Amino acid sequence: MPTYELKVNGETRTLEVSADMPLMWALRDHLDLVGTKYGCGIAQCGSCTVHIDGAAVRSCVLTVDQAQGKEITTIEGLSEDGSHPVQVAWKEIDVPQCGYCQAGQIMTATAFLNDNPNPSEEEIKSAMHGNICRCASYNRILRAVSLAAENMS
Amino acid sequence: MRTSSLAGGGLLIGFNFVTACKPKAEAPIDLASLNYNDFNAFIKIADNGAVTIFSPNPEIGQGIKTSMPMIIAEELDVSWDMVHVEQGVLDTENYTRQVAGGSQSIRHGWDALRQTGATARQMLVNAAAAKWGVDAAECTTSEGVITNASGETFTYGDVVNEAAAMEVPEDVALKSVKDYKIIGTDRSNVDIDEIITGKPLFGLDYKAEGMLYASVMRPPAFGQKLVSVDDAGARAITGVTDVVQFGNKVAVLASDTWTAMKAKEQLRPVWEAESAAESTAEHDKILIGLLDGNEFNTLRTDGDVKKAFAQCDQILERTYESPFLPHNCLEPMNFYANVSAEKIHLVGPIQTPEWTANRIAELLERDVADIRLEMTRQGGGFGRRLYGDFALEAAEISNLVQKPVQVVFSREDDMADGIYRPALKYRIKAGVKGGKVIAYHLKEAAINSNMYGLIPNFFPAGAIENYQVDVAKYDSNITTGAWRAPYTNFLAFAEQGFFDELAELMEVDRVQLRLDMLQNVKGTEDERIQYSPERMEKVIQAAVEKSGWGSQPEGTYQGFVNYYCHNSHVAEVADVVIEDGIPVVKKVTCVVDCGIVINPLGAKNQAEGGVIDGIGHSMYGDFSFENGKPTATNFDKYRLIRMREAPQVEVHFMENEHSPTGLGEPTLPPAGGAVANALKAATGNRLYNQPFSKYPEKLKAPDKEILG
Repeated sequence: MPTYELKVNGETRTLEVSADMPLMWALRDHLDLVGTKYGCGIAQCGSCTVHIDGAAVRSCVLTVDQAQGKEITTIEGLSEDGSHPVQVAWKEIDVPQCGYCQAGQIMTATAFLNDNPNPSEEEIKSAMHGNICRCASYNRILRAVSLAAENMS
Repeated sequence: MRTSSLAGGGLLIGFNFVTACKPKAEAPIDLASLNYNDFNAFIKIADNGAVTIFSPNPEIGQGIKTSMPMIIAEELDVSWDMVHVEQGVLDTENYTRQVAGGSQSIRHGWDALRQTGATARQMLVNAAAAKWGVDAAECTTSEGVITNASGETFTYGDVVNEAAAMEVPEDVALKSVKDYKIIGTDRSNVDIDEIITGKPLFGLDYKAEGMLYASVMRPPAFGQKLVSVDDAGARAITGVTDVVQFGNKVAVLASDTWTAMKAKEQLRPVWEAESAAESTAEHDKILIGLLDGNEFNTLRTDGDVKKAFAQCDQILERTYESPFLPHNCLEPMNFYANVSAEKIHLVGPIQTPEWTANRIAELLERDVADIRLEMTRQGGGFGRRLYGDFALEAAEISNLVQKPVQVVFSREDDMADGIYRPALKYRIKAGVKGGKVIAYHLKEAAINSNMYGLIPNFFPAGAIENYQVDVAKYDSNITTGAWRAPYTNFLAFAEQGFFDELAELMEVDRVQLRLDMLQNVKGTEDERIQYSPERMEKVIQAAVEKSGWGSQPEGTYQGFVNYYCHNSHVAEVADVVIEDGIPVVKKVTCVVDCGIVINPLGAKNQAEGGVIDGIGHSMYGDFSFENGKPTATNFDKYRLIRMREAPQVEVHFMENEHSPTGLGEPTLPPAGGAVANALKAATGNRLYNQPFSKYPEKLKAPDKEILG
């Protein structure tokens, strides 16, 4: 089995897995980073969202092979201690119900706000539309992203 | 109550919560690492006054891991800042009803949790009083401090060891609502920090030394039996450790999830039909046939509906149809089991830990005392995780291979091997005489099982003189079960859409129609009537006021629904506007009477979520069977509501001092009906079937604007 070196959250991690393994499973099962979640495996739900060179990417359809040489950031690497403004906004609004989709929501929101720091409500809804929240905390997700945008500007 | 001290000194930090100088910025103590004294199964109190409260029930996103400890903390009389919450394990000696289902956790736990907190508080007071040599009656408490008549104080931590050895008092005083400092205040989700930083919390996140991941092949269609399987291809994949057949299934075990799932694809099974491969087309015919027929089980009958209909001036009869629904918890089914000769260790997301542990003990022919079951936080429950089938699979597989195993369902496994909301149909007939509704006949035709016994006694039972509920079913090999607000999740839409249409037929105000009917229930002596007409009236009036019912600007169309279920009274008004020729749900006003609201911040989240969940499935949930197979097994073909479709939800809780009642489910049933009634107002088209999006010709602005 091939050996890969991946740059995850600023560290170089080595793992021996098959070339076709989705990054999501490598993170969860081999690198002990379970914050990135499995929801559908076909890039439909967004639970597996990570940043690849700063862009929001569905890690369930990106293989370990394809992820080589990129800067990978997972929810665990977003901040040392939950202090990223998006995380802080999430806490202030008390967004989660079950919490399972939330890491993916936060990763999508952070990448979006980096690109669009002053979004309209419609732009936020479009950006977040790809992330499913089965508990339907959508009203709170919207408020948290707006609040984060406000605090970050 | 029992007492024991933790072995191995924990880390005791010289930081006394009670006397700390607030201006000093101290790093927060890691409460979890303090050396605690066991007080009882619910509460641990450290020498320095920090408190751990164990939350007994499974947390599925409904927020009881926050609200149940809040109740204990209130009566214990500690400050919420002093409290650290941990999930309780399955412990039938010390806890009762460790179940997440039926929206009953707070309702059932209300007395017991308050008693627990109050009893512990009294024991601490008694211990302090004994130490001082004073009468306990002269002592008062406030946020973890006991004070005697002379003004001397002890903190809870000072007397916790003595308290644990005291006699348990029989009758303890409970606080009155006006003295609450925690109950009724907004508190953050106790797991918020872990959730937003991606810490391991869910069943799927659990790992153990030597654990193998199991991907299970189950029958590809309902009604199939496994004849044989060629597993050579699966075994050939590097990382696969075992392939085991158990019953009608085959488990592939590997060192990681991906390998197990990949190897499962390489299995070459041979299946044969054991029972019929059923299809929705045929179910539809059968269910309509049942409704058209005469073979029913009567669940309630008042007066004589047949006679009454014969006397009516106006009759309305309509049929409403629903699909099966998969649960689609975002965390797919999974469970961990480590079965050895000495013990059985189970970890995972389960809504019924006691029942499941008993079934596993029975399955493995073991003593249930050998089982330790730890509940993880659940990425949604919605009723799917009541059934524990996934836990039994894990236990059976682990037992066969004598290794620790985590069964992981793929999304496809999860949707194909569901225990679905059954497809069902309602036929409702009402008769009007002299401007009054004098007869009402509800018929249900369902796959596998019919509405449970409480439902026929919900409104409008008791409000209409001649009233009958008849049910019929068809036994299918497709597995069905509870799905958030069973039966009411579709019945509310049918019934309330029916009332909306009935009001039009009778040419009366649709809200007034409900209020008039509720008058008939006041003062009833029928013990079967558990809903309160007075509380329902208040909820309706509040919904009218808060939603601006009847005073909306031109172009905003509203739909009204009132409903009682899970012991709570709810009214909802949906606002629809036409955008680019299509009706869009912009807002829903939701008024709830669930008695005392423990944690308004969490409660609003639940209420909002229930509304949007109800709308999402009413609008988009389309799921059927062809030859025993579901027509969709992932989100590319099955649609769940997303951000852009979610209306703004405005929740109002009635303020009163009634004991708390359910909230996890009650706001869902009315939502689909409120939207359907608003869509009727906006388009002129009435919807009778779900999902609504299947009828795009009905979801269009009318050619002429509807007036009035």
